[in-house]
Amino acid sequence: MSQTNLRISGGRIRRDRPIAFTFNGHRYAGYEGDTLASALLANGVDVVGRSFKYSRPRGVMGMGAEESNAIVQLGATDATEVPNVRATQQALYDGLVARSTNGWPNVNFDLMGLVGALAHRLMPPGFYYKTFMRPAFLWQSYETLIRKAAGMGSSPVAPDVDRYDHMNHSVDVVIVGAGPAGLAAALAAGKTGATVILVDEQEEVGGQLLHRQAKIDGMLGADWVEQALSILLSLPNVTVMARTTATGYHDHNFITLHERVSDHLADQAPEQSVRQRMHRVRAQSVLLATGAIERPLVLANNDVPGCMLASAVSAYIKRYAVMPGKDLVLMTAQDDGYRAAIDWHDAGHKVVAIIDARVTAGDDCTQAARSRGIAIFPQSGVIEVIGTTRVKAVKVAALSPNGEQVVGNPQTLICDTLAMSGGWSPAIHLSCHTGAKPEWREDIAAFVPGLTVQKQWLAGSVKGDFRLADCLSAGSEAGTATAAFCGFTSADAVAHQWQVDDWDDGPAMAYFHVPHTKATSRAPKQFVDFQTDVTAAGIEMATREGYESIEHVKRYTAMGFGTDQGKTGNINGMAITARALGKTIPETGTTIFRPNYTPVTFGAVVGRHSGQLFDPERYTALHRWHLAREAVFEDVGLWKRPRYFPLAGETMDEAVARECLATRNGVGILDASTLGKIDIQGNDAREFLGRVYTNAWAKLAVGKCRYGLMCGEDGMVFDDGVTACLADNHFAMTTTTGGAARVLEWLEHYHQTEWPDMEVYFTSVTDHWATITLSGPQSRALLAEVSDGIDLSGDAFKYLDWRQGSVAGVPARVFRISFTGELSFEINVQAHYAMHVWEAIFALGDRFGLTPYGTESMHVLRAEKGFIITGQDTDGSVTPFDLGMGWCVSDAKPFSYIGKRGMARQDCIRTDRKQLVGLLTVDPNQVLQEGAQAVDDPEQTIPMTQLGHVTSSYFSHCLQRSIAMGFIRNGHARMGDIVYYPNLDGTATAAEICSPVFLDPEGARQHV
Amino acid sequence: MLYIHCPYCEEHRSEEEFHYKGQAHIARPDDPDNCTDVEWADFIYRRDNPRGEHKEQWYHTVGCRKFFNAIRDTQSYEIKTTYKVGEQPDMAAGIVTGQQGSNAS
Repeated sequence: MSQTNLRISGGRIRRDRPIAFTFNGHRYAGYEGDTLASALLANGVDVVGRSFKYSRPRGVMGMGAEESNAIVQLGATDATEVPNVRATQQALYDGLVARSTNGWPNVNFDLMGLVGALAHRLMPPGFYYKTFMRPAFLWQSYETLIRKAAGMGSSPVAPDVDRYDHMNHSVDVVIVGAGPAGLAAALAAGKTGATVILVDEQEEVGGQLLHRQAKIDGMLGADWVEQALSILLSLPNVTVMARTTATGYHDHNFITLHERVSDHLADQAPEQSVRQRMHRVRAQSVLLATGAIERPLVLANNDVPGCMLASAVSAYIKRYAVMPGKDLVLMTAQDDGYRAAIDWHDAGHKVVAIIDARVTAGDDCTQAARSRGIAIFPQSGVIEVIGTTRVKAVKVAALSPNGEQVVGNPQTLICDTLAMSGGWSPAIHLSCHTGAKPEWREDIAAFVPGLTVQKQWLAGSVKGDFRLADCLSAGSEAGTATAAFCGFTSADAVAHQWQVDDWDDGPAMAYFHVPHTKATSRAPKQFVDFQTDVTAAGIEMATREGYESIEHVKRYTAMGFGTDQGKTGNINGMAITARALGKTIPETGTTIFRPNYTPVTFGAVVGRHSGQLFDPERYTALHRWHLAREAVFEDVGLWKRPRYFPLAGETMDEAVARECLATRNGVGILDASTLGKIDIQGNDAREFLGRVYTNAWAKLAVGKCRYGLMCGEDGMVFDDGVTACLADNHFAMTTTTGGAARVLEWLEHYHQTEWPDMEVYFTSVTDHWATITLSGPQSRALLAEVSDGIDLSGDAFKYLDWRQGSVAGVPARVFRISFTGELSFEINVQAHYAMHVWEAIFALGDRFGLTPYGTESMHVLRAEKGFIITGQDTDGSVTPFDLGMGWCVSDAKPFSYIGKRGMARQDCIRTDRKQLVGLLTVDPNQVLQEGAQAVDDPEQTIPMTQLGHVTSSYFSHCLQRSIAMGFIRNGHARMGDIVYYPNLDGTATAAEICSPVFLDPEGARQHV
Repeated sequence: MLYIHCPYCEEHRSEEEFHYKGQAHIARPDDPDNCTDVEWADFIYRRDNPRGEHKEQWYHTVGCRKFFNAIRDTQSYEIKTTYKVGEQPDMAAGIVTGQQGSNAS
């Protein structure tokens, strides 16, 4: 079949713009204005995929977001492809390539289909739970098989080449859905001057008006839409966005709008165009005009290709000029379904019969059918569809008045298409996102949005007002109301009265499940959820097995767990559950829809925040030099820090060995600019320091520095650093690189909320100062060459002094502090001067063997001295005493500083706490694994009694052996004991507990 | 994403500018050294977990860097009002960012 045979006149496609596309490897033709689904129907493609569990052939069933069969993998290459696209929502473009999500090796001959046909009796609901849960260790193997069989779409493996972005908006009114209600609302709100965003998920605005025969003010629906749109586009305060889905409605009227900017253009999109854009909108008011979704009827073999929603049949005929088949049978429980039969007939094709479950239908629809000579079978049902890859016929039988029993003999009607119209379910999804509990309305047999805490209005079918005239007037009123809420009114505030020429629809019947001559459990499959292959029999079995809550039935059967979230199936499933339990639908309860309404690509979620823009990177003022020196970097927080500076051909170990030895024997230089720096001023600055540090600050003189530990109120160490007294009321605090922001927040928190009367000010100056550390026995001689105005002699400039002077001709604060145990000077200069100073030092450095070292060597050098790194040697459960740093805790301070009371808790003064000790492996060449757990007896049975873990472990080239620090229960009292670290291979590494100061315990090297 | 009125900046900003700091009005005991372990644990660990109105502290991290208080409904996430540290909430003049049951149409 080719598309020309199935195309009819009319529609909204551009016949002058033919388009070629490929589906499952076959080339087809369509027109601009088609969706992939309409083009497939026009080409006579009946089978578009295979079902999830039973692998049954499936065809296009719907025309929009509700589609659960025509799910495709879109895109020609890994870099551009998108999984789980609904063919009904994908505009056709030239060169489009798509394939079925399900169906291997192909949809027409499917191996799994045979398995499904033979094995369906063996795959009851809960099959996966029952079969694959044990043994648990095999789950990973099972999962691979299940996913392959289920064909859930494949994740692209190549980087996405397309652009995506985000846009933030703040507007008065967001209107979701541009059908009759949404358009009327936008017209009303727009004319008040309020800022309005009107979105619709379809390719063009108009909703059902684009295919309804009704007239508004004498105009056909599509013409009225065009007129409304032209008015809206003329209003500068109104933004209209088609192909834009409101995917989530979040707290405080925050709504996300997913715009498919150029998905309909693909390669033809302008060079700089983005593919999709996520609009993040904060709205004063949100008006949901999301309409309703038609339900299929649950009847035997209702999934055979050719079974479609009645509204979709109309849409394909009127919008896309496609006849989905030749001979139609309509099965309906409401007047609205008749419209599909009328459209079919008026397009010149045969309507075999209208099968209506009701005793009587409305006058207008009956009249319309009769006048066209269409047979109506009242109080009847299509009890079974015959066919596998296409509808061949249907079995029809008379039903009891309530529709629950077959009472007549079935007769067979030959047809190739079955339109189903079970009723309309309001699209309450966005309302559910706000936490609103859906409310059942018996009169329309549907759930409508419940009360919400958001500033939300409703209009049209989403509220249960299905009549066109009501949609228009309610839209107009709600549009006026939302604008008025935002403070905007219009002179002619009276809602527009539309003249609507349409059928007067009579009452629908609450009807969900058509019976069969056999019991549900023995009848051919009656599908409820097409995407997850849940049947009426499966739901009944779940209730027989004791599942009474709809939430449990849902999880047991997987109903609503597909990518469509049960848009067409959930209500039918609830109705069948309710009947099986002998309850009403509201008693059974409903399930809640969650964001997102339809799947959102990762690209749109991420926007520009990928690759280089994923996270900010912080560079020191010396970064260019490090790059030129080919440093290897590591991430410390957001900072890029040189880890080591390899010479040609050097490994990391070789580089670190060289850097460490050079520092111990000559002089090393480190870029320490990333240390957090906080400038603290005020009359109470000194007292404040005493409250946040564990040691004493009252007597620290100008010109002196002091190391301090910061604890939480629980007594646990969380940061450390050196603070210098610049003046009596002025201090320069340093923090760890990663802790800078946290410490500043900590200081502000206590100042603002506990001690607001203290006069103290905190300013982050991390980026303003660069810190250059010279360390090693030659550091004084080198510094003397480049500095002025500082007496560097050991007597004049002692350990833990700081001096103001100049280095390389620029003002500098030089701190004599040491993180290596060597004679060390930390030179702080304004960051702008940093490169000049660094290069000036290097210009003189060769003579001293000046060697740049990175964080890896810094770690080894400090570990040789037993200096801790908070966050590595502490983990939030460690007091200063646990660290053996009781010398840094004062109990003489009058104020009960932060951490004091916490450290005094009963648990903190136990003697058997884990304590930080040094560890020397018995075999000096063995390096302990960081994180390894110590035990006393490696032969004990598992689980072993663990004593504590290794926190820092290195091979020290200065000491020519391995060194480590770690926690040992009661370790301070166990010096000299041997403990064991079990390895994965069953062996254990023995280590002796010792002081963590491995090198120069007297401190002779730094006191020179 | 919440929309939070900073009482110092005097405008609504998105939640991503703020840090949540837990229950408000947890005063540090005046004399910690004479607190029992249980009293101290109450101060540092034990917090209310109400269903409904909750007084809580927020930090305008990437804004003015000020701490302030909010009364937020833990069910609806409605923020009844925000107020500065040291102030008492003025519910009458409160900045209300949501409204119970507003299916207005």
